Amino acid sequence: MSDNPISTALAKVEREPGVRKPDPLLVVDGVTRTFGGLTAVHVDTLEVQRGTITALIGPNGAGKTTLFNVISGFDRADTGHWTFDGQELTGRAAHRVARRGLVRTFQLTKTLSKLTVLENMKLAARHQRGERMGLSMLWPVWRGQERGIVRRADELLERFRLSHMRDEYAGTLSGGQRKLLEMARALMVEPTMIMLDEPMAGVNPALTQSLLEHITALRDEGMTVCFVEHDMDVVMGISDWVVCMAEGSIVAEGPPQSVAKNPAVIDAYLGRQHDEPENEG
Amino acid sequence: MDWEVILSDALRSGIGPIAAVYALAAIGLNLHFGYTGLLNFGQIGFMLVGAYGVAASVSTFGLSLWVGVLIGLGSSVILALLLGLPTLRLRAEYLAIATIAAGEILRLFYRSSWAEPVTGGVFGLQQFADEFFDINPIPRDQYGFWLVNYSSRDLWVLLVAWGLVALFAGVMALMVHSPWGRVIRSIREDEDAVRSLGKSVYAYKMQSLVFGGAIGSLAGMMLAIQNQSVNPDTYNPVETFFLYTLLVLGGAGRMLGPVIGSILFWAILSFFDSALRQAISAGYISSDVLSAAEIGAARFALVGLGLMLLMIFRPQGIFGSRREMLLDVR
Amino acid sequence: MRNFRLLVPLLAVLFVALAPGTAAAQGDEVVTGPGFGARALQALLDGVQFGAIIAITAVGLSLVFGTTHLINFAHGELVTIGAVVAFFLNISAGLHLVVAALIAVLIGALVGAILQLGLWAPLRRRGVGMINMFIVTIGLSLLLRHVILIFFGTRPQSYREYDIQRAIDLGPVGITPRDLTIVLISVGLLVGVALMLQKTRIGTAIRALSSNRDLAEASGIDVNRVVLVVWTLGGGLAAIGGVFFGLTEIITWDMGFRLLLLMFAGIILGGLGTAYGAMVGSFVVGIVAQMSSLWFPIDLQNAWALLALILVLLIRPQGILGQRERVG
Repeated sequence: MSDNPISTALAKVEREPGVRKPDPLLVVDGVTRTFGGLTAVHVDTLEVQRGTITALIGPNGAGKTTLFNVISGFDRADTGHWTFDGQELTGRAAHRVARRGLVRTFQLTKTLSKLTVLENMKLAARHQRGERMGLSMLWPVWRGQERGIVRRADELLERFRLSHMRDEYAGTLSGGQRKLLEMARALMVEPTMIMLDEPMAGVNPALTQSLLEHITALRDEGMTVCFVEHDMDVVMGISDWVVCMAEGSIVAEGPPQSVAKNPAVIDAYLGRQHDEPENEG
Repeated sequence: MDWEVILSDALRSGIGPIAAVYALAAIGLNLHFGYTGLLNFGQIGFMLVGAYGVAASVSTFGLSLWVGVLIGLGSSVILALLLGLPTLRLRAEYLAIATIAAGEILRLFYRSSWAEPVTGGVFGLQQFADEFFDINPIPRDQYGFWLVNYSSRDLWVLLVAWGLVALFAGVMALMVHSPWGRVIRSIREDEDAVRSLGKSVYAYKMQSLVFGGAIGSLAGMMLAIQNQSVNPDTYNPVETFFLYTLLVLGGAGRMLGPVIGSILFWAILSFFDSALRQAISAGYISSDVLSAAEIGAARFALVGLGLMLLMIFRPQGIFGSRREMLLDVR
Repeated sequence: MRNFRLLVPLLAVLFVALAPGTAAAQGDEVVTGPGFGARALQALLDGVQFGAIIAITAVGLSLVFGTTHLINFAHGELVTIGAVVAFFLNISAGLHLVVAALIAVLIGALVGAILQLGLWAPLRRRGVGMINMFIVTIGLSLLLRHVILIFFGTRPQSYREYDIQRAIDLGPVGITPRDLTIVLISVGLLVGVALMLQKTRIGTAIRALSSNRDLAEASGIDVNRVVLVVWTLGGGLAAIGGVFFGLTEIITWDMGFRLLLLMFAGIILGGLGTAYGAMVGSFVVGIVAQMSSLWFPIDLQNAWALLALILVLLIRPQGILGQRERVG
């Protein structure tokens, strides 16, 4: 991780919560989200540097997934605004966020069981003529485009080692394969940034390694990756930057090594680990 | 008991115009419920606006029948938009309650004294479909086989009604297997997944509601035309339940589900009716237990029981595969 | 798409504006007798009475939805069962209506409990999905309604006692002692349900289950027992509501089904899943229905109440008392 241009760009950045980055892709300002009387998220500033792997860590119940949901349009914020690639994204509906190039996956994978693996992939492609109701019954109109989509889907399936499952129902995949499929499917949208919600949760160690390799490869191709993870060890090897949340706020950020030693992070993990419920909102 | 009469009654119903009308309405409902997962319980409301669009255009306003068809289709589109706008963003239950309420509101308004100048109120409207029967190309004669006989008028109705069923079953097959259909089927399974991939779930649901509703209105028109009459109380909320029963019977979310379902549903009902009637008149069933007047009620009870049993034991339809059931995560 | 939002209120206004014109042209509404103010007060009173009956039946439906998330389309039939059982006990067995009504309530509660134990609990154990269960309730509704039809017949009937009474004069408005008693008992029962929900252990458990099933289960609440209590309570309340509805109007085989849509309207108006919302919403529905007859033909009463439901969905989908939640 030491000598690539990304680390150099981030090397001069201060290691403090809410610090500004040289080339931020996602900028979050003053976002809060409360449930009943409980504040689930209270983030003053968060910037995600373009072209990096940023890990969002924190104990269970820290508000990581809620923040993800708010940014990706799956939940409403009570206050605050956020921009993506210079464009205002505040309060945008989920599908509009995805169309802008910010695509997410889910902690509990949302692969479509009754569609085949290939159909799952084809679904995600953008600007499909055949998705307009009026043109849908005129198959010659969209058949050519569909062939191109299948070609691209096959390439991605090959890369994620799912080609052999291409024509099976997605419901027959194992948990780890579903994670892979969901990631591959998200890439079909051609995003500039991909947000992965606990991509390693419930995946066996062998597959975890391959998932990590895929994530690194995406970054090396120029994509920005942000992922949520509560297990700190997992993120150390691959992240360029780590942001730690606790009780809804950002308590520390910096390169992996510095965050691991940060007392606020240790405090968050040790002080909170045992008395939080398993699932966060 | 004359089994030949009973069986021919069943056959006549199964291939009759009513079965065709219900198959058509169920094709629309299949798009809603079977493919998109929308709980539309007001399909009868779409049939009503279609039927009255034709009837009132001709009888009240003196327009051509074909203009009436366009007005009926237009009404169904407006109805779908009115229903979809407030409810398609909400949980599925809201659409269910809003649609059944809308169906009942429409029936009450169309039958009210207030609307009588246009709709004929409780008396309905009659004799508006002459234009349809004037273009009947079938020579005057009796046609038929076995105990099933049709006049050329009946045959013309049957041809057009089943022709529409075939047309829309075909169109639906094309649409469902297109990229559009892929989005629709995905919405049924997991809306959030579809949203996360940049598709406007709301817009697709609306398209589905509008298109399926328009097919329902065509079914209503066909029902009105073949009777040459409309009456508001034909369009009772219970009819939508019939549509659900036959759709589940044939298999919701299958291409031919609504068609097979409708044929079977009406054949079974007619078989049951005819057999009971004969059993009562032959004295096999004492009229203290069930009088001839109560057969109608017994048949509705049977539909209810059938719907319950199907939903519990074979929700995938009588021809559905177990494999799909296992994939069904809901 | 957004512009269509304007279309709906516009059309509604159009309807309202057209209606009196048409009615007047037909000469339906010949205004004679008491002035508008007095008629409005009378309609309001009738509305409260109608609303009380809707509320008492809707509370059970709302509690069932709150605790199990099942929309029970067969709830109307529980209402009819109450009215019809009381009718047979009253007319055929010759019992006084008060006794007949009490037995009918017990039978209604029993039917509710049997449905939960014999149908819904086993279906849940089988893992039948919520939407499929919902359609099962529709089948059950059809089945029960037409079985009642076979026994009861299509002819509307009345109870032997309290059939025709002279109204007590209360200045500009009047109410019969029967109707006044019904309103008082209904309101008393609603207050009783509210007290039970607030003060008792089982009430707390019901509220806990309604707000968060997982949490309630985790904190050691016996979900099956709570749901059984809710069904029993709902069945009993529906039955007494049926007797009241039969008393104020008439007993028919499909009275419950006709009331069902108004119950749904009340529940959604007040906020889906909250018992208090159902009470408030039901009164609104009753009042809208009765007061609409001041301007519109009486055969459109229920249509206006249902239209209010659709308008509320448009403006405030979470209902009057409902919490704004994440939807879509």
